[in-house]
Amino acid sequence: MNPHKLQVEAIQNGSVIDHIPAQQGIKILKFFKLAQANAKITVGLNLNKNNGQRKDLIKVENTFINDEQANQLALFAPDATINLIENFKVVNKFKVQLPEAFVGVLACPNSNCISHNEPVKTKFYVNHRQDLKLKCHYCEKSFDRSFFNELD
Amino acid sequence: MNNPLYQQNIISIADLTRSDLELILQTAHSLKQTPQPDLLKNKVVASCFFEASTRTRLSFETAVLRLGGSVIGFDSGGNTSLAQKGETLADSVKVISSYADAFFMRHPQEGAARLASEFTDIPVINGGDGANQHPTQTLLDLFTIYEAQGTLDNLNIAFVGDLKYGRTVHSLAQALSLFNCKLFFISPDALAMPDYILEELSDKNISYSVHSSIEEVIDSLDILYMTRVQKERFDETEYQHMKSSFLLDASMLNNVRDNLKVLHPLPRIDEIDKNVDDTPYAYYFEQAQNGVYARQALLALLLTNHFTAEVK
Repeated sequence: MNPHKLQVEAIQNGSVIDHIPAQQGIKILKFFKLAQANAKITVGLNLNKNNGQRKDLIKVENTFINDEQANQLALFAPDATINLIENFKVVNKFKVQLPEAFVGVLACPNSNCISHNEPVKTKFYVNHRQDLKLKCHYCEKSFDRSFFNELD
Repeated sequence: MNNPLYQQNIISIADLTRSDLELILQTAHSLKQTPQPDLLKNKVVASCFFEASTRTRLSFETAVLRLGGSVIGFDSGGNTSLAQKGETLADSVKVISSYADAFFMRHPQEGAARLASEFTDIPVINGGDGANQHPTQTLLDLFTIYEAQGTLDNLNIAFVGDLKYGRTVHSLAQALSLFNCKLFFISPDALAMPDYILEELSDKNISYSVHSSIEEVIDSLDILYMTRVQKERFDETEYQHMKSSFLLDASMLNNVRDNLKVLHPLPRIDEIDKNVDDTPYAYYFEQAQNGVYARQALLALLLTNHFTAEVK
């Protein structure tokens, strides 16, 4: 075995989230409450990438990330890839994609938005794909990611 | 002919297409020429003002009554049992809309009208939701420009005053971006048009320019849309200095185009001198009156499917 190769234990079944920008791995664990679940999780932070940059990586055992969760991951890691593993083999590999809208995952940063005290799910439209901006379905204001406490 | 607005909601000007806007303006024009006092006979319209607004409410309720409909509602949400008992807006809307054929509302929170439309099957018309949208003001502005100039295309239109906080000018500029107008923005630096509006205009290839006084452009304008610069945003010296650049006086109208019309959403304070009122260019009181026709047009289109066939 190459002694310089990355040493992260392989998982038998589950999901590997790769190509997470460095510093975002912890936020993803917190946002998706991954650590609170029972699953065994391996986290790699500030791992070397081939191009000299750094990345984070998360392996979650016995949990298969679905398309909706993958879309939400794009809030933190727009270039992440998901590997679904069964019996130590990659059975599916895909890139996360920003969805048209995020439903029910973020609170509106506008404190005067009607969505706060009413029986509705929040909804934000993704309207600038280069420089991520989210527009509230209700108050119609656009925000960049720094306005959302959940994304800190 | 089916009308595309039948039983629809009017929440945000951005929801309307150019052909929707043209249909509304033509309908307003037709109703101004030929009143239809029985069009909404036996229709009940709820007028729900969760926040007070004298002018919008009176104009809207007049529109219902002039078309032969009846109005139920309230004019100050704070005094209603809804507010006092802490009922959600969603529940209030479900109940009130079971009594009426259409729902017209103003609310202090942004997004209230959109939310209301999701809890009822009857058409909702937004009469202002916090700092967000006030589409019927925009429609009456468009109708007034259309009436004064006979078209909405290829006009030179200047906006003057508080362009930063004024939702009226934001929505009107967005609506005009569907027509090929050239826009001029004249304001103190501190009250300039927000970047996101300018970006939207650029995306749509709308030609616009920014100026620091009315006199730079007034002689080439078809429409001069004045708004109030709030004195309290500036100190006295600053305000006096600014006045000459952003206030309109009859002496500035000597070399303007014959077809120029001056508009203002009212109330005005001193940004249009009273001496402008008697010139042929003053059109702001007609504009206020047009609010009734624009709102009649919406009611006619939302509540009757065949009225458009009668539009000449």
